Amino acid sequence: MTGSSALPAEPTIAPLLSADDVGRVVDRIAHQLIEKAGPDLGGLVLVGIPTRGAPLARRLATRIETFSGIRVDVGTVDITLYRDDLRLRGVRALEDTRLPEAGIDGRLVVLVDDVLFSGRSVRAALDALRDLGRPRAVQLAVLVDRGHRELPIRADYVGKNVPTSRSQSVKVRLAEVDGRDEVTVEDQA
Amino acid sequence: MKRHLLEAGDLDRDDATLVLDTAAQIESALAGREVKKLPTLRGRTVVNLFFEDSTRTRISFELAAKRLSADVINFSAKGSSVSKGESLKDTALTLEAMGSDAIVVRHGASGAPHRLAQWVQGSVVNAGDGTHEHPTQALLDAYTIRQRLGRLDGVRVVVVGDVLHSRVARSNVWLLATLGAEVTLVAPPTLLPVGVGSWPVQVSYDLDAVLPKADVVMMLRVQAERMNASFFPSAREYSRRYGLDGRRMGALPDDAIVMHPGPMNRGMEIAAEVADSARSTIVDQVGNGVSVRMAVLYLLLGGAPDSE
Repeated sequence: MTGSSALPAEPTIAPLLSADDVGRVVDRIAHQLIEKAGPDLGGLVLVGIPTRGAPLARRLATRIETFSGIRVDVGTVDITLYRDDLRLRGVRALEDTRLPEAGIDGRLVVLVDDVLFSGRSVRAALDALRDLGRPRAVQLAVLVDRGHRELPIRADYVGKNVPTSRSQSVKVRLAEVDGRDEVTVEDQA
Repeated sequence: MKRHLLEAGDLDRDDATLVLDTAAQIESALAGREVKKLPTLRGRTVVNLFFEDSTRTRISFELAAKRLSADVINFSAKGSSVSKGESLKDTALTLEAMGSDAIVVRHGASGAPHRLAQWVQGSVVNAGDGTHEHPTQALLDAYTIRQRLGRLDGVRVVVVGDVLHSRVARSNVWLLATLGAEVTLVAPPTLLPVGVGSWPVQVSYDLDAVLPKADVVMMLRVQAERMNASFFPSAREYSRRYGLDGRRMGALPDDAIVMHPGPMNRGMEIAAEVADSARSTIVDQVGNGVSVRMAVLYLLLGGAPDSE
């Protein structure tokens, strides 16, 4: 790097979802959850995977209440201690694990995450859930599915399917964490 | 974080806060669960290498490692080849040859964990060395203070008793200073170390004078096994001047807490009515020890073997 006056190449940013798009996608998933859960809706638990799955789960719960009048339980499960790539990626600070008072036994749990990629986060979340109780069924809702699965895992609710190459990175920004809503695909420099 | 945890000075403010935050998250994640076990350290081996007697520290480390799914080997000097004259170095190299990833060591000689850290590849955690340091005890004390009072910055901590021989006191002084607490040591002059003037603390010889301004009173054990000279005239006199009884506890501010690292000499440095009172955090400290040691093991061992 030294001796070169050229600036590092700016990553090319293709905005994939705007703030309005994110809002519409969340609304659509909320409607789908209401429709699919039917009379079970009250027993639903939305469990967000930190960091950005947690605010997404809360947003979905708010929209579900707006559309159906039914308040669903929300929780979060931090999966750091269940990851299989800790040795590769190093340790990191833990985030909240918080389940509703009533627990998850016998209930329909919908895991919520921002991006579905290799499927390893979801695998870790499933392991964590197994230690926390025995749900009747577990489903998965994601804002973006970018492909490249490494495990036999699929999402039940997908905000947007995005074909990507492995070298790209999908960045989800949410107002609660990043100050604004946006999804972009960035080429790694 | 460094690869080893040998003394409280190995932790800067960010590291120490990370340990406490991680412990809090682990505690809340495991609260109320039937399966109190996490798969994080599956396949890792932790050796508890104890050359001195211990109840709570060894069990606490063992439980912490097991809750993180590590394999645990408990080694105590009694009944091992150490009694045949095997050296610390050979013992450590033997254990490492058997595949240990971390060694939790307690030793009667100050500095033994530091020597050990130069010989082995894995992480070394000091679980008490001589009269030097006991960093995980300081971490769990800081965790307990933060849990009870909600903060550490500016908290006034009074540490009372045998500071000279106390590795708990040394580790607490440095860690609490790092975390912004104000520490006052209270002890008979004979039980204060030479050079205490260079520590980040205030020193007093009058317990009654400092109690009304204390947020935390930490009583140290009178270490009979290290009392090889006449440090004070009699146990009764020590107890009268430096023991915490019900009357002295009454002089504390309303929300102040009383701590003791254990094992206690009831009636000596702490009266039974104080140890069993609502202000006492002694049982909390033991429970918190497991969460804090889980956090330490996770942060030292969880990541890549050589990510520094």
